[in-house]
Amino acid sequence: MNAILEMRGITKTFPGVKALADVNLVVKTGEIHAICGENGAGKSTLMKVLSGVYPYGSYEGDIVYEGETRRFDRIADSERVGIIIIHQELTLVPLLSIAENIFLGNEPAKMGVINWATAFNRTREVLKKVGLNEKPNTPVTNLGVGKQQLVEIAKALSKDVKLLILDEPTASLNEADSDALLKLLTEFRAQGITSILISHKINELAKVADSITVLRDGTTVETIDCHKEKISEGRIIKSMVGREMSDRYPHREPKIGEKLLEIKNWNVEHPHHAGREVVKGVNMHVNAGEIVGIAGLMGAGRTELAMSVFGRAYGRNVRGEATMDGKLVDLSSIQKAVACGIAYVTEDRKTLGLVLQEDIKSNVTLANLPGVAWRGVIDEAREQQVANRYRSSLNIRSSGIFQRALNLSGGNQQKVVLSKWLFAQPRVLILDEPTRGIDVGAKYEIYTIINELADAGKAVILISSEMTELLGICDRIYVMNEGKLVDEMPAADATQEKIMASIMRQYGTVQ
Amino acid sequence: MKHEAMPASGSEEAEVQAAIWKSSLRDYGLLLTLLVIMAFFYFLTGGISIAPLNLTNLILQNSYVVIMALGMLLIIVAFYIDLSIGSVVGFVGGTAAMFMVGFPVPGLNIFVKLPWEVVVPLALVLGGLIGCVQGYFVAYAKIPSFIVTLAGMLVFRGLTGNMLMGQFVGPFDRDFQDISAGFLPDVTDFAVFKPLLGGSHFHWGAMTIGVIAVVLMIVLGLRRWRHARAEQMETEPLALFIGKMTIFSALILFITYQLATYKGLPEVLIIMAVLILIYAFITTRTTIGRRIYAIGGNRLAAELSGIRTNRLIFLTFVNMGVLAALAGLIVAARLNSATPSAGLGFELDVIAACFIGGASAYGGVGKVMGVVIGAFVMGVMNNGMSIYGLGIYWQQVVKGIVLLTAVYVDLYQKSKE
Repeated sequence: MNAILEMRGITKTFPGVKALADVNLVVKTGEIHAICGENGAGKSTLMKVLSGVYPYGSYEGDIVYEGETRRFDRIADSERVGIIIIHQELTLVPLLSIAENIFLGNEPAKMGVINWATAFNRTREVLKKVGLNEKPNTPVTNLGVGKQQLVEIAKALSKDVKLLILDEPTASLNEADSDALLKLLTEFRAQGITSILISHKINELAKVADSITVLRDGTTVETIDCHKEKISEGRIIKSMVGREMSDRYPHREPKIGEKLLEIKNWNVEHPHHAGREVVKGVNMHVNAGEIVGIAGLMGAGRTELAMSVFGRAYGRNVRGEATMDGKLVDLSSIQKAVACGIAYVTEDRKTLGLVLQEDIKSNVTLANLPGVAWRGVIDEAREQQVANRYRSSLNIRSSGIFQRALNLSGGNQQKVVLSKWLFAQPRVLILDEPTRGIDVGAKYEIYTIINELADAGKAVILISSEMTELLGICDRIYVMNEGKLVDEMPAADATQEKIMASIMRQYGTVQ
Repeated sequence: MKHEAMPASGSEEAEVQAAIWKSSLRDYGLLLTLLVIMAFFYFLTGGISIAPLNLTNLILQNSYVVIMALGMLLIIVAFYIDLSIGSVVGFVGGTAAMFMVGFPVPGLNIFVKLPWEVVVPLALVLGGLIGCVQGYFVAYAKIPSFIVTLAGMLVFRGLTGNMLMGQFVGPFDRDFQDISAGFLPDVTDFAVFKPLLGGSHFHWGAMTIGVIAVVLMIVLGLRRWRHARAEQMETEPLALFIGKMTIFSALILFITYQLATYKGLPEVLIIMAVLILIYAFITTRTTIGRRIYAIGGNRLAAELSGIRTNRLIFLTFVNMGVLAALAGLIVAARLNSATPSAGLGFELDVIAACFIGGASAYGGVGKVMGVVIGAFVMGVMNNGMSIYGLGIYWQQVVKGIVLLTAVYVDLYQKSKE
C-alpha cells in the first residue's frame, strides 16, 4: 500500500516552547490511522500543521501528500485537495438546517443565488452515506450530539474527502453512538477513504485502527502496526506515558457512614418545554464517605438531575423532597444548595466552570469569596495562601497562581474547578464527567483526589459515561435511562454488561 | 507522571517577565498617550491649554464625565451598557432645579420650594430610583440593557423637556453653586496668613495637599510593590514602577501648582478624587467587585458558583443612577441653571472614556485608573479643540477617530499575545 500522507521531520515552536520536535507520520492509503498521546503531547498541533491552520513557513519539515510536497497557507488549501478536519468542538450553526450547515461557505450557487434543490439532493445523498435518517431541513439544534457529529462527517463527505481527520470525535458521545461512529469509519475504509483518528479512548482505537502512532512530549514514540502485533490497552498506555500503568484506578478502603443526602420522588421538567419531564420520580441517596456512580446513556437525564438538585440550576417545576441528615432541606436556589453543603462540578468546565480570562487564584476563591474576605474586603494574602494550597495539593501544573485559566491544559483546568468547590467546604460533591477529555495521568490524579474526599467523610456522586471508570472507583452504582432510575447495584457486583442490560431491559418493557 | 508542580524554568521566567513588561506598557501607554495629547495641544494653543485658568476649567468640565465613567465601568465590565445617563443628568438636574427655585402647585394654592441641602440627597435618591427601574428591566425582566436604556434615554429627555417647558430654571444659592464652582478655603482666605504671604496670591494650602497626595501615593505604592514582591506575586519591573511614579507625581505636582496659582483646589476635584479612590478599592479589593468581573467574564460560571448575578447587575444600574444624579447636580450647579438640553450626548463621552481607558467591549475587563485617564483624554481633546477653535462637528469627527484607534490598537496588541 502507498502512503497517502507523509509528514517528515515536522518541528513547530511557539515562543519559548517546542510543541513538536522532528515528528514523523506516515499514513497509508485507505487505512484508519490512530494518533494517541497525553494532553499536550502535540496531537492537535500536528493536525493544525497538516490542515494549514499554521501556514507553511511557520514550521519546519515537509508534508508530502499524494506523492507531492505541499505547502498549505490556509485551511482552504488543504480542503481543496481533500484533507478535511473535524474538530473536537462541533462547528455547526445550531439554528440553521442540516442542509444549510453542510453547504455553509460551499453553497451550490450561481451568481450568489443558492440552488436549494441541488443542495437538498446532495444533502440526502451524504446523509444516507453516514446513515443518518433525518430531513435536510431539520434545524441542527433539534439533533442530539451524536447525530450532530454525523452531520459534521456528512459535511466532510460533501467536499470529496480523501483524508478525514477526526479530533476526539467520541469525547461527548455515549457508547452506542461511539460504536456507530467507529463502524462508519470502517465503512469509509472499505470505500477507500483514509482516516486519521485522534482519541483518548484507547479501547476504541484498538477496535478499529490499522496502525497507531504514539506521540509523547512533542515527539513520535513509535508507530504500531495493529495487524502485525496484538495490541492491548496496557501496551499503548505504556508507550504514551513512558512506563507501565499497572493500575488505572487507585485503591481505597471504603469507610461508609450515615445517610447524608437523600432525594425522594424527584421530578424535573424541561426548562423550555413545559410538561416534558426529563427526570421522573427519582429516589436516590448517598452516604458519608461513599462514592456513588450514576451510569446511563447520553440524554438519560443525569446532568439534569444533578443540576436540579444543585439549587434548581436546571429545569422548571422541580418537585420532590430533599433531606440531609434526615432533615428536610430547601434547595430552591444555588445559594441555598451551597449553604447546605452541596457542590456541583460541571461537565462543561469552559462554559460553566471557569472564568477563563481570570487567574487561577480568582477562580479558586470564586464560590467562597467570604472565606477569604472580611466584611466584603478581600484579604489578598489569605486568598493567595488558599490558592497556593490547592495548587500544590491538587498538583495544578502552572507557572503560578496568577496564570490565567485560559492557558491551562484540560486536566489542570478541571483541577481548578475542583479546587473552587473544595474551598467551598461542601459535604456532598456532585462530579459531572470530571475526567472528560483529560489524559490518563491527570485522570489518575483526579481519582486519587476523589478517593481522598470520600476518605474525609464527604459524600461523592459521580456521573460518568465511561463505565470502566464507574466500575473502577465507585462503591455503588445507579443506572438511569430516559429520566428514570432503572437499577441500583453495588459496584462489586456490577459489570458493563449488567449496566447495559438494565438500560436495555427498560426499552424492552416500554416498546 | 510528574507529581510535583513544575518549577518555572529559566526561559519561562523570562517569558513571564516579558509578558508583564508588555501588559504594563499597555497600561502606561494610555498615560503616555494622554501626555502626548496634552503636549500636542500645548503647542497648538500656544500654551493656553495648560494655563492655570484653563486647567481649572478642564477639571470642572470633566468632573462629571469621570464620575459617571466610574459607574459605567462597572456596567461595561458586567457586559451591559447604559445609554440613558445623559438624559438622567438632564432630568435629575431639572427636577432639582425646579424644587430649589420653587414652583406653584397647579390647583392648590401652594408654592413648593426646598433648601438645597434637602434637594441634593433627594436628587441622589431619585437617581437611584431611576437606576432601580432600569435595573429591574435589565436584570430581572432580562430585556437587553441596550433597549432598556435607549428607552430611558428617550423617556427622561422627554420628561425633562416637558418639565422645563423649554426654559432655563435658575439661578441657585451660592452654596449650591459651590459644588461645582467652589474652591477649598486656602491661606489667602484667612486674615491671619495675610502678612506671611506678602501680597502673593499663591494657594499654599492647595500645594501642600498636592505634595501630601504625592508622598502618600509613593509611600503606599512602594509598600504595596515590596509586599507583592515578598509574596512572590507578579510585580512590574522596578524601572517601570519608578517611571510610573515619576510621571504621576510630576503630573499631580504640576497640576496642583497651576491650580494653586489660580484659585486653589476646586471642591469638585475633591469629590472626584474621593470617588476614584472608592471605586478603585471596590473593583480591586472587595467581593462585590470581584463578582462583577466574574459575571462579565463568564455569567454562567458565576451563577453556578452561587453568585446572585441578577441582584448584582441590578445594583450596578442603581449605582449608575446615583452617579448620574450627582453628575446632574454638578452640571446644574456649574451652569447655575437647568436647561432642557443639559447632559445631551454625555453618555457618548462617558462610554468612549471607558473604552479608550481599556475596558473590554466583551465584558470582564477594565480598570478604574484606565477609565479615569480615558475620561481625561476625551476632556483634554474637547477642551484643546475648543480653544483652538475647531468647529463642533470636526470635534466629533476627531473624537470618533480617536475612540476607534484606541480600541483597535488595544485589540491588535491583545491578538499578538
